[in-house]
Amino acid sequence: MSLLFVLIGTLVFAIAAPVLGCLLAGLDRKITARMQGRVGPPLLQPYYDVRKLIEKDRVSVNSTEGTYITCALVFTLLAGGIFYSGGNLLMSVFVITLSGLFFIVAAYSTRSPYAEIGANRETLQVMAYEPMVLFMAVAFYMAAGTFDSAGVFALDAPVVSSIWLVFLGFLFILTIKLRKSPFDLSYSHHAHQELVKGITTEMSGKTLAKVEIMHWCENVLFLGWVGMFFVWANPVSIVLAIAVIALVYFLEIWIDNNFARVKWQAMLSSAWIVAFVAGFVNIAVLAYL
Amino acid sequence: MTFATKSPWVIHYDASSCNGCDIEVLAALCPGYDVERFGIINTGNPKHADIFLVTGSVNERNIEVVKEIYNQMVEPKVVVACGICACSGGIFHDCYNVIGGVDQAIPVDVYAPGCAVRPEAIIDAVVQGLGVLEEKSKALQAQKKGA
Repeated sequence: MSLLFVLIGTLVFAIAAPVLGCLLAGLDRKITARMQGRVGPPLLQPYYDVRKLIEKDRVSVNSTEGTYITCALVFTLLAGGIFYSGGNLLMSVFVITLSGLFFIVAAYSTRSPYAEIGANRETLQVMAYEPMVLFMAVAFYMAAGTFDSAGVFALDAPVVSSIWLVFLGFLFILTIKLRKSPFDLSYSHHAHQELVKGITTEMSGKTLAKVEIMHWCENVLFLGWVGMFFVWANPVSIVLAIAVIALVYFLEIWIDNNFARVKWQAMLSSAWIVAFVAGFVNIAVLAYL
Repeated sequence: MTFATKSPWVIHYDASSCNGCDIEVLAALCPGYDVERFGIINTGNPKHADIFLVTGSVNERNIEVVKEIYNQMVEPKVVVACGICACSGGIFHDCYNVIGGVDQAIPVDVYAPGCAVRPEAIIDAVVQGLGVLEEKSKALQAQKKGA
Protein backbone atom coordinates (compact mmCIF):
# COMPACT_ATOMS: atom_id res chain seq x y z
CA MET A 1 0.00 0.00 0.00
CA SER A 2 2.75 2.45 0.95
CA LEU A 3 4.61 1.56 -2.26
CA LEU A 4 1.51 2.49 -4.26
CA PHE A 5 1.35 5.72 -2.26
CA VAL A 6 4.96 6.53 -3.20
CA LEU A 7 4.26 5.81 -6.87
CA ILE A 8 1.23 8.12 -6.89
CA GLY A 9 3.25 10.73 -4.98
CA THR A 10 6.05 10.49 -7.55
CA LEU A 11 3.59 10.97 -10.41
CA VAL A 12 2.01 14.00 -8.76
CA PHE A 13 5.46 15.40 -7.92
CA ALA A 14 6.62 14.83 -11.52
CA ILE A 15 3.78 17.08 -12.73
CA ALA A 16 3.57 19.67 -9.95
CA ALA A 17 7.25 20.18 -9.06
CA PRO A 18 8.46 21.31 -12.51
CA VAL A 19 5.61 23.87 -12.68
CA LEU A 20 6.27 25.16 -9.17
CA GLY A 21 10.05 24.98 -9.57
CA CYS A 22 9.89 26.86 -12.87
CA LEU A 23 7.89 29.68 -11.27
CA LEU A 24 10.32 29.74 -8.33
CA ALA A 25 13.28 30.00 -10.73
CA GLY A 26 11.53 32.81 -12.62
CA LEU A 27 10.83 34.62 -9.36
CA ASP A 28 14.48 34.14 -8.37
CA ARG A 29 15.70 35.80 -11.58
CA LYS A 30 13.17 38.61 -11.25
CA ILE A 31 14.11 39.35 -7.61
CA THR A 32 17.82 39.04 -8.42
CA ALA A 33 17.42 41.57 -11.24
CA ARG A 34 15.54 43.98 -8.95
CA MET A 35 18.28 43.65 -6.32
CA GLN A 36 20.78 44.68 -9.01
CA GLY A 37 18.66 47.63 -10.17
CA ARG A 38 17.53 45.89 -13.37
CA VAL A 39 14.07 45.12 -14.73
CA GLY A 40 14.83 41.47 -15.30
CA PRO A 41 13.34 38.82 -17.55
CA PRO A 42 9.66 37.77 -17.64
CA LEU A 43 8.48 35.42 -14.89
CA LEU A 44 8.23 32.52 -17.36
CA GLN A 45 11.79 33.00 -18.68
CA PRO A 46 13.07 29.65 -17.26
CA TYR A 47 10.20 27.94 -19.14
CA TYR A 48 11.19 29.67 -22.40
CA ASP A 49 14.82 28.66 -21.80
CA VAL A 50 13.94 24.99 -21.39
CA ARG A 51 11.60 24.97 -24.38
CA LYS A 52 14.36 26.51 -26.47
CA LEU A 53 16.88 23.92 -25.26
CA ILE A 54 14.49 21.14 -26.30
CA GLU A 55 14.26 22.72 -29.77
CA LYS A 56 18.04 22.73 -30.21
CA ASP A 57 19.84 20.22 -32.39
CA ARG A 58 21.05 17.00 -30.72
CA VAL A 59 24.77 17.11 -30.08
CA SER A 60 26.55 14.96 -27.53
CA VAL A 61 30.10 13.72 -27.04
CA ASN A 62 28.81 10.25 -26.15
CA SER A 63 25.52 8.41 -25.78
CA THR A 64 25.85 7.63 -22.06
CA GLU A 65 25.80 11.23 -20.82
CA GLY A 66 22.12 11.70 -21.67
CA THR A 67 21.23 8.38 -20.04
CA TYR A 68 22.94 9.34 -16.78
CA ILE A 69 21.12 12.67 -16.76
CA THR A 70 17.77 10.94 -17.37
CA CYS A 71 18.53 8.66 -14.40
CA ALA A 72 19.42 11.70 -12.28
CA LEU A 73 16.10 13.33 -13.19
CA VAL A 74 14.08 10.17 -12.50
CA PHE A 75 15.68 9.68 -9.08
CA THR A 76 15.04 13.33 -8.22
CA LEU A 77 11.36 12.80 -9.01
CA LEU A 78 11.37 9.61 -6.93
CA ALA A 79 13.02 11.39 -3.97
CA GLY A 80 10.38 14.12 -4.18
CA GLY A 81 7.62 11.53 -4.48
CA ILE A 82 8.85 9.67 -1.39
CA PHE A 83 9.00 12.85 0.69
CA TYR A 84 5.77 14.50 -0.41
CA SER A 85 3.73 11.30 -0.18
CA GLY A 86 4.62 11.23 3.52
CA GLY A 87 7.30 8.58 3.10
CA ASN A 88 10.66 7.99 4.68
CA LEU A 89 12.79 11.16 4.93
CA LEU A 90 16.04 9.17 5.16
CA MET A 91 15.16 7.27 1.97
CA SER A 92 14.40 10.57 0.25
CA VAL A 93 17.85 11.85 1.31
CA PHE A 94 19.57 8.73 -0.05
CA VAL A 95 17.67 8.78 -3.35
CA ILE A 96 18.40 12.46 -3.97
CA THR A 97 22.09 11.75 -3.24
CA LEU A 98 21.99 8.94 -5.81
CA SER A 99 20.56 11.44 -8.28
CA GLY A 100 23.46 13.78 -7.45
CA LEU A 101 25.93 10.96 -8.11
CA PHE A 102 24.40 10.27 -11.53
CA PHE A 103 24.83 13.97 -12.32
CA ILE A 104 28.52 13.77 -11.36
CA VAL A 105 29.10 10.57 -13.35
CA ALA A 106 27.44 12.18 -16.39
CA ALA A 107 29.98 15.01 -16.25
CA TYR A 108 32.92 12.61 -15.77
CA SER A 109 31.76 10.44 -18.68
CA THR A 110 32.42 13.26 -21.14
CA ARG A 111 36.15 13.37 -20.29
CA SER A 112 36.20 17.10 -20.86
CA PRO A 113 38.76 18.83 -18.60
CA TYR A 114 36.31 21.64 -17.74
CA ALA A 115 33.43 19.27 -17.02
CA GLU A 116 35.81 17.23 -14.85
CA ILE A 117 36.69 20.29 -12.77
CA GLY A 118 32.96 20.86 -12.36
CA ALA A 119 32.43 17.21 -11.41
CA ASN A 120 35.32 17.37 -8.89
CA ARG A 121 33.79 20.43 -7.30
CA GLU A 122 30.32 18.86 -7.27
CA THR A 123 31.82 15.88 -5.42
CA LEU A 124 33.33 18.28 -2.87
CA GLN A 125 29.92 19.94 -2.50
CA VAL A 126 28.30 16.57 -1.81
CA MET A 127 31.01 15.86 0.78
CA ALA A 128 30.37 19.27 2.34
CA TYR A 129 26.58 19.07 2.71
CA GLU A 130 25.98 15.36 3.19
CA PRO A 131 26.96 15.12 6.93
CA MET A 132 24.55 17.92 7.82
CA VAL A 133 21.75 16.41 5.71
CA LEU A 134 22.19 13.06 7.48
CA PHE A 135 22.27 14.76 10.90
CA MET A 136 19.07 16.54 9.84
CA ALA A 137 17.36 13.21 9.11
CA VAL A 138 18.57 11.65 12.38
CA ALA A 139 17.54 14.72 14.41
CA PHE A 140 14.14 14.64 12.73
CA TYR A 141 13.75 11.02 13.82
CA MET A 142 14.67 11.88 17.42
CA ALA A 143 12.27 14.82 17.51
CA ALA A 144 9.32 13.26 15.66
CA GLY A 145 9.81 9.63 16.66
CA THR A 146 9.61 8.51 13.04
CA PHE A 147 11.46 8.94 9.75
CA ASP A 148 8.15 9.32 7.90
CA SER A 149 7.52 12.90 6.85
CA ALA A 150 3.78 12.31 7.38
CA GLY A 151 4.61 11.88 11.08
CA VAL A 152 4.74 15.67 11.54
CA PHE A 153 0.93 15.86 11.29
CA ALA A 154 0.63 13.90 14.55
CA LEU A 155 2.94 16.15 16.57
CA ASP A 156 1.87 18.54 19.35
CA ALA A 157 4.65 20.98 18.47
CA PRO A 158 6.75 21.46 15.30
CA VAL A 159 10.10 19.65 15.30
CA VAL A 160 11.89 22.99 15.01
CA SER A 161 11.07 23.64 18.67
CA SER A 162 13.48 20.88 19.75
CA ILE A 163 15.92 20.83 16.83
CA TRP A 164 16.18 24.53 15.96
CA LEU A 165 19.97 24.26 15.99
CA VAL A 166 19.78 21.56 13.30
CA PHE A 167 17.42 23.81 11.33
CA LEU A 168 20.01 26.62 11.37
CA GLY A 169 22.71 24.18 10.27
CA PHE A 170 20.46 22.94 7.48
CA LEU A 171 19.88 26.53 6.33
CA PHE A 172 23.67 26.90 6.01
CA ILE A 173 24.08 23.89 3.72
CA LEU A 174 20.87 24.75 1.87
CA THR A 175 22.90 27.45 0.10
CA ILE A 176 25.13 24.68 -1.28
CA LYS A 177 22.17 22.50 -2.24
CA LEU A 178 20.36 25.35 -4.03
CA ARG A 179 23.62 26.16 -5.90
CA LYS A 180 23.76 29.71 -4.65
CA SER A 181 26.83 31.92 -4.35
CA PRO A 182 29.10 31.76 -2.26
CA PHE A 183 28.83 27.96 -2.62
CA ASP A 184 28.01 27.62 -6.35
CA LEU A 185 31.41 26.04 -7.02
CA SER A 186 30.37 23.41 -9.53
CA TYR A 187 27.69 25.20 -11.53
CA SER A 188 27.33 28.94 -11.36
CA HIS A 189 24.42 30.64 -13.09
CA HIS A 190 26.68 33.60 -13.83
CA ALA A 191 29.15 33.21 -16.71
CA HIS A 192 31.67 35.70 -15.37
CA GLN A 193 32.63 33.48 -12.41
CA GLU A 194 32.63 30.06 -14.02
CA LEU A 195 35.22 27.94 -15.84
CA VAL A 196 33.32 27.59 -19.14
CA LYS A 197 30.18 26.22 -17.46
CA GLY A 198 31.38 23.91 -14.72
CA ILE A 199 29.71 20.54 -14.48
CA THR A 200 27.34 21.20 -17.41
CA THR A 201 30.10 22.24 -19.84
CA GLU A 202 29.48 19.34 -22.24
CA MET A 203 25.72 19.22 -21.82
CA SER A 204 23.54 20.90 -24.43
CA GLY A 205 20.05 20.80 -25.92
CA LYS A 206 17.68 18.25 -24.41
CA THR A 207 20.25 17.04 -21.86
CA LEU A 208 20.70 20.55 -20.47
CA ALA A 209 16.91 20.97 -20.44
CA LYS A 210 16.67 17.87 -18.24
CA VAL A 211 19.32 19.30 -15.92
CA GLU A 212 17.33 22.51 -15.58
CA ILE A 213 14.10 20.62 -14.83
CA MET A 214 16.01 18.50 -12.32
CA HIS A 215 17.20 21.65 -10.52
CA TRP A 216 13.63 22.98 -10.36
CA CYS A 217 12.40 19.71 -8.79
CA GLU A 218 15.38 19.60 -6.40
CA ASN A 219 14.57 23.12 -5.20
CA VAL A 220 10.94 22.19 -4.56
CA LEU A 221 12.07 19.13 -2.58
CA PHE A 222 14.64 21.03 -0.48
CA LEU A 223 12.16 23.79 0.31
CA GLY A 224 9.75 21.03 1.35
CA TRP A 225 12.37 19.86 3.84
CA VAL A 226 12.51 23.42 5.18
CA GLY A 227 8.73 23.52 5.56
CA MET A 228 8.71 20.13 7.33
CA PHE A 229 10.37 21.71 10.38
CA PHE A 230 7.37 23.97 10.98
CA VAL A 231 4.38 21.65 10.51
CA TRP A 232 2.48 20.01 13.37
CA ALA A 233 -1.06 18.69 14.01
CA ASN A 234 -2.63 22.14 13.59
CA PRO A 235 -3.61 22.65 9.89
CA VAL A 236 -2.78 26.37 10.13
CA SER A 237 0.87 25.34 10.52
CA ILE A 238 1.00 24.62 6.77
CA VAL A 239 0.46 28.34 6.14
CA LEU A 240 3.27 29.07 8.59
CA ALA A 241 5.51 26.55 6.80
CA ILE A 242 4.83 28.19 3.42
CA ALA A 243 5.61 31.62 4.91
CA VAL A 244 8.91 30.30 6.31
CA ILE A 245 9.74 28.71 2.92
CA ALA A 246 9.13 32.07 1.16
CA LEU A 247 11.32 33.84 3.72
CA VAL A 248 14.11 31.27 3.42
CA TYR A 249 14.02 31.43 -0.40
CA PHE A 250 14.26 35.24 -0.28
CA LEU A 251 17.16 34.95 2.18
CA GLU A 252 18.96 32.55 -0.20
CA ILE A 253 18.52 34.99 -3.11
CA TRP A 254 19.85 37.79 -0.92
CA ILE A 255 22.88 35.68 0.05
CA ASP A 256 23.41 34.76 -3.62
CA ASN A 257 23.57 38.43 -4.58
CA ASN A 258 25.75 39.63 -1.73
CA PHE A 259 28.53 37.10 -1.32
CA ALA A 260 31.39 36.25 -3.67
CA ARG A 261 32.26 32.65 -4.36
CA VAL A 262 34.56 31.01 -1.78
CA LYS A 263 37.33 28.45 -2.35
CA TRP A 264 36.39 24.81 -1.88
CA GLN A 265 38.53 24.53 1.27
CA ALA A 266 36.45 27.25 2.95
CA MET A 267 33.21 25.58 1.88
CA LEU A 268 34.19 22.12 3.08
CA SER A 269 35.60 23.20 6.45
CA SER A 270 32.79 25.63 7.24
CA ALA A 271 30.10 23.12 6.25
CA TRP A 272 31.67 20.40 8.42
CA ILE A 273 32.13 22.77 11.37
CA VAL A 274 28.49 23.81 11.07
CA ALA A 275 27.44 20.15 10.76
CA PHE A 276 29.34 19.31 13.95
CA VAL A 277 28.21 22.31 16.00
CA ALA A 278 24.60 22.40 14.80
CA GLY A 279 23.96 18.75 14.01
CA PHE A 280 26.07 16.69 16.34
CA VAL A 281 25.61 18.92 19.41
CA ASN A 282 21.84 19.08 18.95
CA ILE A 283 21.59 15.31 18.55
CA ALA A 284 23.81 14.79 21.62
CA VAL A 285 21.59 17.13 23.67
CA LEU A 286 18.47 15.23 22.55
CA ALA A 287 20.10 11.88 23.30
CA TYR A 288 21.59 12.61 26.72
CA LEU A 289 19.44 15.35 28.30
CA MET B 1 6.70 31.05 -33.23
CA THR B 2 9.74 29.21 -31.92
CA PHE B 3 11.16 29.55 -28.44
CA ALA B 4 14.64 30.26 -29.83
CA THR B 5 13.78 33.95 -30.05
CA LYS B 6 12.54 34.14 -26.46
CA SER B 7 15.76 32.96 -24.85
CA PRO B 8 18.78 33.89 -26.96
CA TRP B 9 21.90 33.05 -24.97
CA VAL B 10 25.02 34.78 -26.22
CA ILE B 11 28.70 33.97 -26.18
CA HIS B 12 31.15 36.80 -26.60
CA TYR B 13 34.62 36.39 -28.08
CA ASP B 14 37.24 39.11 -28.34
CA ALA B 15 39.05 38.27 -31.60
CA SER B 16 41.54 41.14 -31.59
CA SER B 17 39.44 44.01 -30.37
CA CYS B 18 40.96 47.04 -28.64
CA ASN B 19 38.44 46.34 -25.81
CA GLY B 20 36.28 49.30 -26.81
CA CYS B 21 33.56 47.08 -28.28
CA ASP B 22 33.97 44.47 -25.51
CA ILE B 23 33.14 47.06 -22.88
CA GLU B 24 30.05 48.05 -24.88
CA VAL B 25 28.94 44.41 -25.20
CA LEU B 26 29.14 43.98 -21.44
CA ALA B 27 27.51 47.39 -20.90
CA ALA B 28 24.44 46.02 -22.68
CA LEU B 29 24.08 43.51 -19.81
CA CYS B 30 24.31 46.19 -17.10
CA PRO B 31 21.29 47.90 -15.45
CA GLY B 32 21.26 50.77 -17.99
CA TYR B 33 20.35 48.51 -20.92
CA ASP B 34 19.53 45.21 -19.14
CA VAL B 35 19.23 42.86 -22.12
CA GLU B 36 18.12 40.09 -19.74
CA ARG B 37 14.68 41.72 -20.21
CA PHE B 38 14.65 39.84 -23.53
CA GLY B 39 15.96 36.64 -21.96
CA ILE B 40 19.49 37.31 -23.18
CA ILE B 41 22.15 35.76 -20.96
CA ASN B 42 25.90 35.88 -21.41
CA THR B 43 27.15 32.29 -21.30
CA GLY B 44 30.80 31.34 -21.30
CA ASN B 45 30.06 28.10 -23.12
CA PRO B 46 29.69 27.76 -26.91
CA LYS B 47 27.58 24.59 -26.43
CA HIS B 48 24.95 26.61 -24.54
CA ALA B 49 24.98 29.69 -26.77
CA ASP B 50 22.64 30.65 -29.60
CA ILE B 51 24.23 33.93 -30.67
CA PHE B 52 27.95 34.44 -31.22
CA LEU B 53 29.07 38.04 -30.65
CA VAL B 54 32.52 38.64 -32.11
CA THR B 55 34.45 41.84 -31.54
CA GLY B 56 37.64 42.77 -33.36
CA SER B 57 39.15 41.59 -36.62
CA VAL B 58 40.26 38.07 -37.41
CA ASN B 59 44.02 37.49 -37.62
CA GLU B 60 46.32 34.58 -38.43
CA ARG B 61 46.49 33.48 -34.79
CA ASN B 62 42.83 33.54 -33.79
CA ILE B 63 41.05 32.42 -36.96
CA GLU B 64 41.19 28.82 -35.75
CA VAL B 65 39.73 29.83 -32.36
CA VAL B 66 36.83 31.68 -34.01
CA LYS B 67 36.13 28.64 -36.20
CA GLU B 68 36.38 26.29 -33.20
CA ILE B 69 33.85 28.29 -31.13
CA TYR B 70 31.49 28.49 -34.10
CA ASN B 71 31.75 24.75 -34.76
CA GLN B 72 31.08 23.91 -31.11
CA MET B 73 27.86 25.92 -31.08
CA VAL B 74 24.70 23.86 -31.49
CA GLU B 75 22.27 24.62 -34.34
CA PRO B 76 20.32 26.87 -34.71
CA LYS B 77 22.96 29.59 -34.26
CA VAL B 78 23.56 33.16 -35.37
CA VAL B 79 26.75 35.21 -35.67
CA VAL B 80 26.79 38.95 -35.00
CA ALA B 81 29.89 40.98 -35.93
CA CYS B 82 30.14 43.76 -33.32
CA GLY B 83 32.09 46.86 -34.31
CA ILE B 84 33.69 47.93 -37.57
CA CYS B 85 36.81 45.76 -37.00
CA ALA B 86 34.66 42.63 -36.80
CA CYS B 87 32.71 43.79 -39.87
CA SER B 88 35.60 44.59 -42.20
CA GLY B 89 38.88 44.82 -40.29
CA GLY B 90 38.34 48.53 -39.61
CA ILE B 91 41.45 50.68 -39.12
CA PHE B 92 43.49 47.48 -38.79
CA HIS B 93 42.44 46.13 -42.20
CA ASP B 94 45.90 46.57 -43.76
CA CYS B 95 47.94 45.29 -40.80
CA TYR B 96 50.37 42.55 -41.85
CA ASN B 97 48.70 39.88 -39.65
CA VAL B 98 45.05 40.89 -40.06
CA ILE B 99 42.96 38.75 -42.40
CA GLY B 100 39.89 40.99 -42.24
CA GLY B 101 36.38 40.86 -40.83
CA VAL B 102 34.87 37.85 -39.06
CA ASP B 103 33.17 36.81 -42.32
CA GLN B 104 36.60 35.71 -43.54
CA ALA B 105 36.43 32.85 -41.00
CA ILE B 106 32.76 32.01 -40.43
CA PRO B 107 29.39 32.99 -41.96
CA VAL B 108 28.15 36.25 -40.40
CA ASP B 109 24.39 36.93 -40.16
CA VAL B 110 24.27 40.49 -38.82
CA TYR B 111 26.81 43.32 -39.08
CA ALA B 112 26.83 46.03 -36.38
CA PRO B 113 29.41 48.67 -37.34
CA GLY B 114 30.69 51.40 -35.06
CA CYS B 115 33.88 52.42 -33.29
CA ALA B 116 33.14 51.57 -30.63
CA VAL B 117 29.80 49.94 -31.42
CA ARG B 118 27.07 51.49 -29.23
CA PRO B 119 25.09 49.24 -26.85
CA GLU B 120 21.92 50.33 -28.67
CA ALA B 121 23.43 49.12 -31.95
CA ILE B 122 24.37 45.78 -30.35
CA ILE B 123 20.84 45.32 -29.04
CA ASP B 124 19.42 46.24 -32.47
CA ALA B 125 21.77 43.75 -34.15
CA VAL B 126 20.85 40.97 -31.71
CA VAL B 127 17.13 41.65 -32.23
CA GLN B 128 17.72 41.50 -35.99
CA GLY B 129 19.64 38.28 -35.38
CA LEU B 130 16.56 36.86 -33.65
CA GLY B 131 14.74 36.98 -36.98
CA VAL B 132 17.51 34.89 -38.55
CA LEU B 133 17.46 32.56 -35.53
CA GLU B 134 13.70 32.09 -35.96
CA GLU B 135 14.15 31.15 -39.63
CA LYS B 136 16.96 28.71 -38.86
CA SER B 137 15.00 27.20 -35.99
CA LYS B 138 11.96 26.62 -38.22
CA ALA B 139 14.17 25.11 -40.93
CA LEU B 140 15.71 22.75 -38.36
CA GLN B 141 12.30 21.67 -37.10
CA ALA B 142 11.08 21.04 -40.65
CA GLN B 143 14.22 19.01 -41.30
CA LYS B 144 13.62 16.98 -38.09
CA LYS B 145 10.04 16.27 -39.13
CA GLY B 146 11.15 15.25 -42.61
CA ALA B 147 13.82 12.89 -41.27
